[in-house]
Amino acid sequence: MRHLEQLPPWAAIIVALFVVVGATLTLLGGVGLVRLKSFYQRLHAPTLGYSYGTLLIVLASMLMFSLTEGRAVVHELMIGVFIMITTPITMLMLGRAALRRDRDRKLGHDEDVPPRHHAVPPDDDPQGDA
Amino acid sequence: MTAEILRFALGYAQIALILALALACWRMLLGPRAQDRVLGLDTMYSIAMLLFLVIGMGNGNVFFFEGALVIAVLGFVTTVIAAKFLMRGEVIE
Repeated sequence: MRHLEQLPPWAAIIVALFVVVGATLTLLGGVGLVRLKSFYQRLHAPTLGYSYGTLLIVLASMLMFSLTEGRAVVHELMIGVFIMITTPITMLMLGRAALRRDRDRKLGHDEDVPPRHHAVPPDDDPQGDA
Repeated sequence: MTAEILRFALGYAQIALILALALACWRMLLGPRAQDRVLGLDTMYSIAMLLFLVIGMGNGNVFFFEGALVIAVLGFVTTVIAAKFLMRGEVIE
């Protein structure tokens, strides 16, 4: 814990503020993940942690290690950029998967219902107009 | 004085992140459908990454950063593969 005394007071206050606000927003995202009603509402809640939580904690970590080590420590930016690129991809894929599963459940072939077997092969159309 | 401020802030952040981890775990265990469980698991990955960063700040150890980076990459890959599996029923088409 010796490295904590090396920080000047203004930097300590900024780092503490960033860490506390980031952790509180992440906790708020977790509360929203539990309390919201439908899946499409719940999909929005943890993005608080992804955006604000990661941004603030990465900035605080960069500031603290830059001041204690006496050089510019910027490798935490890698996590920030990576999260910024990958979070929209995961959320889009999860939302599209949920949409498709909801549509399949409405059509009657979800995992709760045994899959329907085709009585006739699909190319054997009795009307012949397909 | 500055050390007390930082120690309090980092302790509070660890407790808040562990509470958020418990809430995400609750959603993963009780999620009504499979996509809720995948969302809870993805949230757990991101919160664990933030927890690693905060613990590394408290220890003054730069090497917790690498653990956080590995967790971020693994969380992305896991969630993408789980979402693809939920969408198609198979991972590689």
